[in-house]
Amino acid sequence: MALRLAAAATTRKKRTRKPVPWGIWIALIITGAISLWPLYWLFVTAVTPTLFTLKTPPDILPFHFSLSNFQRLFHQAIYYWNWVGNSTIVALSITIFHIFFDTLAGYSFAKKKFPGRTIIFWVLIATMMVPTYVTMIPLYVVAHNLQILNTLWALILPGMASVFGIFLMRQYIQTLPTELLEAARIDGCNEWQVFWRVVLPLCKPAIGALAIFTFVQHWNDFFWPLIALVNPATYTLTVGVAGLQGEFATDYGIIFAGAALAALPMIIFFFIFQRSFLEGVRMGALKG
Amino acid sequence: MSGIILEGEGVIKRSPTQEKKLQRFFKKYGWGYAFILPSVLVFAIFTLIPAVWALLISFQHYNFVWDGQWVGFKNYVNAFTFGDGVFGQAIKNTLYYTVITVTANILIALVLAGLLQRCNKFWRTFFLAAYYLPAVTSAVIIAISWRWIYNSEFGLLNYVIGLLHIGAVRWLSDPNIVLNSIVLSTVLTVPATGVVLFNAAMGGIPTELYEAAKIDGASYIRQWWKITLPLIKPTTLYLAVLYTIYSFQVFDKVFVMVPTGVSDNAQFIVTQIFQNGFESFYYGIAAAQAFILFLMIASVAFVQFRLLRSDVEY
Repeated sequence: MALRLAAAATTRKKRTRKPVPWGIWIALIITGAISLWPLYWLFVTAVTPTLFTLKTPPDILPFHFSLSNFQRLFHQAIYYWNWVGNSTIVALSITIFHIFFDTLAGYSFAKKKFPGRTIIFWVLIATMMVPTYVTMIPLYVVAHNLQILNTLWALILPGMASVFGIFLMRQYIQTLPTELLEAARIDGCNEWQVFWRVVLPLCKPAIGALAIFTFVQHWNDFFWPLIALVNPATYTLTVGVAGLQGEFATDYGIIFAGAALAALPMIIFFFIFQRSFLEGVRMGALKG
Repeated sequence: MSGIILEGEGVIKRSPTQEKKLQRFFKKYGWGYAFILPSVLVFAIFTLIPAVWALLISFQHYNFVWDGQWVGFKNYVNAFTFGDGVFGQAIKNTLYYTVITVTANILIALVLAGLLQRCNKFWRTFFLAAYYLPAVTSAVIIAISWRWIYNSEFGLLNYVIGLLHIGAVRWLSDPNIVLNSIVLSTVLTVPATGVVLFNAAMGGIPTELYEAAKIDGASYIRQWWKITLPLIKPTTLYLAVLYTIYSFQVFDKVFVMVPTGVSDNAQFIVTQIFQNGFESFYYGIAAAQAFILFLMIASVAFVQFRLLRSDVEY
């Protein structure tokens, strides 16, 4: 790995010795601007009073900066903070359960031997092929029978484990030396302690990437929450914000204030963990 | 109650050696099973059973109330005839959307990753971050912004084309344009995953290859065509399949941008499943439509598998 990195570093140096042509800079900057424009426009519109958004030409910069949209949002969209709370609870608890169960199963599939191990593993992998939309109707009925519809449990329970997570953790744990686990057993650790004290700490790098992606994915989840939650007080942020469009059809200020505020946590999150994000994409962990 | 008695009987009947065997089995493998149990349970309850159940439902008469009546392939036929054949139109729209956006995504990602190879590490990370930021934001939120950009009275896009003396366009309410507007919004979103993966794949190509090509007098474009493209083919194939599968399932942005559907031209496979299943409660038909989607995805995955296999020795 280190060798490959060193090699990559030298090739990079060689390639960038020549000055980068202007055309390339211009192309990169223009695409970057197009890519970021919807987000930028969201924030500009959110801090501009509706009076100034409904005019031509539109303000390209926020010349009429004001937080009045946010005031109206908190005043009129009474459940907004519930949505923020719900999204946080759902994404956080799914991430915790998910990581724990995935690592546990990944460890078992990687290092434990038991009859049926291969078959069970491949059955799990096969379920990855099934698009979520196929299972939605029965899932709805299951959730209805468990009486968890319209509660956050309807979102948390199905999200508690993921095949992809198990697969990722299994691949990672396979690289850990088995001698290390044996040594822990000789030192008197029982099976649980081997997992908790040896395997789990060693998995930190993989867990970090998986946790970030799981959190973002479930924070942004839309289809299932849209179906499973009916009562506005139980909405998650994505469902609530999408609903603002219907509720405040002409008050663009409120819609944009709500959307901008909902986008903010993930943007901050991205800047904190930027390196892990790009690393995680390379591992194949996220869509986009 | 009877189950418990039976279990007790079993224990009594079991010979001591059998019991020991069982004990040894659990001592040896018990932890292995215990560790996968939570995940397997979650899957069984929330994925596996629902998937099989959905297949059954797709062959049953199930409109709001379940009566367990088997109807053969009627749901699959109804899936296409229902509502004047909207679903056929939805499949057509989805394929149209997929072909254009996947092609555009791959090409744009390829070009941008190639351009990024010329930058130093700092700027490369900088641009990757700029491209990636919208991808961590919920599709719902980005779609809200696009809806505003497309607004026919006060939208930015109509203002910009107004400067070029082109009259206002009803981007999201004109049935002849709405599909292309949705496609355009996807095309103009930089395919961040593609750029990151292509960038990694191109970074892994040994420089010696290019140096040798240079000595042989190959032009830049020729190097790109003869070295870069063939060597990143597996990544290209992977991304093509990934984007195809996502495009087949487009929903969030459509739901936000054209909530009322406007016309059949703004219908996609998943919006149809959503409307039939969760607004009209024709569960049987919606389940059949979901399985048609599944077959589409499975065939794409199958093609990828075949292509990758024939490609192993590049």
